[in-house]
Formats: sequence, structure tokens, C-alpha cells
Amino acid sequence: MSDVYIVGAGIHPFGRHPISGLEQGVFAAREALKDAGVAWEDIQFAFGGSAAAGAADAALPILGLTGIQFINVANGCATGGSSLLSAYWAIKSGEFDLGLVIGFDKHPRGAFNALPSETGLPEWYGETGLMLTTQFFGMKIRRYMELNGISQRALGLVAEKAFANAVHAPHAWRREAVSLDDILNSQVIVDPLTKYMFCSPSEGGAALILASEKKARELGQAKVKFIGAAMRTRMPGSFEVFSPSLDVERGPSPAEIASKAAFEHAGLGPEDIDIAQLQDTESGAEIMHMAENGFCAPGEQEQWLAEGRTKLDGKLPVNTDGGCLACGEPIGASGLRQVYENFVQLRGSGGGRQVPGDPKIGYSQVYGAPGIAAVAIIGK
Amino acid sequence: MRPIAPDLFVETKDGPRLLGGRRKTDGKIVFPLPAGAERAYFETIELSPTGKLWSWTVQRFRPKSPPYAGDEDEKNFKPFALGYVELPGEIIVESRLEFAGAEPRIGAPMRLELVPFNLENAQATTYQFRLENAHE
Repeated sequence: MSDVYIVGAGIHPFGRHPISGLEQGVFAAREALKDAGVAWEDIQFAFGGSAAAGAADAALPILGLTGIQFINVANGCATGGSSLLSAYWAIKSGEFDLGLVIGFDKHPRGAFNALPSETGLPEWYGETGLMLTTQFFGMKIRRYMELNGISQRALGLVAEKAFANAVHAPHAWRREAVSLDDILNSQVIVDPLTKYMFCSPSEGGAALILASEKKARELGQAKVKFIGAAMRTRMPGSFEVFSPSLDVERGPSPAEIASKAAFEHAGLGPEDIDIAQLQDTESGAEIMHMAENGFCAPGEQEQWLAEGRTKLDGKLPVNTDGGCLACGEPIGASGLRQVYENFVQLRGSGGGRQVPGDPKIGYSQVYGAPGIAAVAIIGK
Repeated sequence: MRPIAPDLFVETKDGPRLLGGRRKTDGKIVFPLPAGAERAYFETIELSPTGKLWSWTVQRFRPKSPPYAGDEDEKNFKPFALGYVELPGEIIVESRLEFAGAEPRIGAPMRLELVPFNLENAQATTYQFRLENAHE
């Protein structure tokens, strides 16, 4: 078994672009190859995914038909995280030395519109207007706020931080700071969440080159490696999107169990983490994920945010590039963007958003429908 | 008026009841009552018509069609509340909600009722839970 290193990373800016999702993915792949100093012909395998922009292996005719193993990954909102974990295990097993992980997407504007028949639900559920992902986010954070004493202002502080960080992230979509007042007073999308507290479906591409320890040393790139990784799915009693009913007996969330598994795998605890990229589909998700990943107890987020502990110069900087709130969410690429950002930060090349104090361990967590979460911990 | 879907609810002499299923193997309660071949594994039960507010939000824009089948357009769409109601000892069900202008709190008492739902070319009945004793 080999340690697994990240030896290169590339990204195509997220946002809205006049080119296809595939082209954005290929751009990111070429950036990653350049960053690693390897040729496409050296890549032995690839995992890739997109939810709405076609099969990822459509990149092969453009990058070159080298005959390599290329596996398309489709795993909902955790597609990027799942591709990454697949590549990680492939190298760790000793089977391969050098691989590409690629993710890209291009979603239509506005909220996703899911159909009941796609998820085994009865038609009346969609017909009567109960089948919107946005509703789930509003209901999950509403209950959480009331039970744990989280204020509307805390939701606003999360969004304010996201846009402030994104000013310095060239790959972010929304790169203008927004004031707390404007965030709190903007249009309510689903109570209690306003327009600026929600991420939007967007476009973008991200790619990482993974290598075995031997290969990473050969390349002179043995600097940042995986120290923990886990992907988990929902258990009984987890509150997930599109649920006409829930069990009275409540259970853990996929993020909670993925986080626990990744920390165990790494032999580390939340106190060892220097920076974290946490799924922030909306402001409330970042708040809940702070606790679900073990960084604080439910309710403590109120004080953390009031004191700015998750800002770039805080105790635990969270979503240093503005996260999904500022980058949008191209599903295939989103989880890879988180790891890209940690990789950039650990190398100290974050520019205006660089976290001070030479961060050494970065944590990333993606979460999404239908109840899946993936965690990757990387370190130097 | 026809129900929005068969086997979703029934009207009894004591008022409407949502229909759920109790799994024959282990007694687990589910909602809605499974359809098709899966039905054979469940005993049909009437769920409690009262419960406590578990969470809520407000749908402020017209959902996309499909799947939404309401007859309103974007302009005359009226926001509606929705959320979950915990039926004690049974299950937590998702529903449209009616707060009648009162400020909802988690744990507030809710009661099931049937309401008309306008489809493009027809009218159907669906269910919702209404906040009870708003002044208590």
C-alpha cells in the first residue's frame, strides 16, 4: 500500500461561460497536468464525472486516446468527492502510480427541478409543490436554529465571509463583497434563507493529479498527501431532501459518519485541522456542518461566527475561497474545488486569501442528494 | 372533488385521516402507503390527525412545472407554508401548512384538514395541517 499524493491541481473559473462544460473540464485537466509537470501520455487511469454536461470520458478524444482506464462517476452532489476517493483507493491499493481526477458541469439557471418518478416518489408529492431542494434547506436550518439558538444574523455572517473571501479567489464566481445588511435584507428565497444565503447551480471544471509516493518523489512533488478519506451514505433517521416522511427516532447525518470515519482513518481529531472547506449549499449548511464534522458543538456556531473564528485569520478558517456560496455549485466539479483550494492553501499560494501561519492540514467535506457525504483530509 | 391521489387519505366520521402503512415484519410505520407490489408487505393504517410542528418554511415562488401542477402562473401564485408535523409515536409527515397569520413555533399543535387544490383543468383535494389554538 502506498501513500497517495496530490501532485498537481487545475481549475476552470466557476460561473457562467460561453463554452461547454466539457471544455471547462479539459481546461482544468490541462492546468493540472502542467502544474504536476507530467504529460497526458503518462497518466495511467482517470475517474471523472459531470451531472448535467455529459460523460466525463468525452474528454478522452480531446486529451488523447491513450487507451487508459477511464471510469465515469455519477454520485449526485458527491460526484467530485466520489471520483477523488475512487482514484485515491486505486493508487493506495498499489495498482496504479499516476492518475487524473476530473469533474465539470454546466447547469441551467435557477433551482434544480427534480421529478417524483426519478426518485421513486408518488406524483402528488411534486404536483402539490413539495418537491424543491430549497425547501429542505429552509426546513433543516429552521429547526436547527430554534433548537440550538442560532440567529438570523449568524446566517448572514456566513454569507458575508464567503463573498469577502471570494474577492481574492480568481476561480470564484461572485467576487464582490456584500454587506451584512444587504444579505439580511435581500429577498427571502425560502424562509429563513435570503438570496445571498443560497448558492446557485453554475458551471466550472476542476482536476487533480494523484500519484503514489514513489511517483511523487520522482516528480519532485511529494509535498501534500492524503491522510484521511471516507465517503458515506444516509442511515435510518437522517433528514434528507425529498422525504414525504421521517422516522420519529432520529439518526446521524451522512456528514457525521463520513467525518468520524475520515478522522479515525487519519488518526486525527477536529482540533488538528488548520483549514476546512465545508459544503455550504446555503449559509445554514455551513453552520450545521461545522458541528456535524465535529469542529464545535451544536449551538456554539453562534459565538464562533460572532467572534470571526472561521474568517481567514480566525482559529479555523472555513471556505477560504468563498465556498459554494461564492463559486456556485457545478455538481461534478464542486467537491474537487474544495480539495483544489486546500491544496493551494497548503502550498501557500492563496494570494490575498492565503491563510496565515503556514496551514499544514486541510479538511474538505461535500454533501448532497440523496444523502451522501465525502470527506478528504490532506496534509503536508 | 377527487383526491389528488388514491389511498393518500380517507374521510372518517371523525374527520380526515392520512393513510400510512405498518410493515408486517417489524411494525415500522411509513407514509405514504406504498403502492404496487410493495403494498403487500404493509398493513394499511389511519395516522393520527393531530401532531406537533417539527419544522417549516415558506414556498415564495411558483415551483417549476413539471412536477408542480397548480393552475396559477408566476404572477398570481400565492406563497404557501410547508413543513413537517410529528404524529406522536407514529411518524413525522411532510405537508402544506396553514398558520392563519400566527407566528409558528416548533412544537406547536397542528391538525389535519382537507383543502381544494386547483389543477389546470380540474379541481382536486389535498391535505394540509392547520395550526391549532393559535392564541394559547
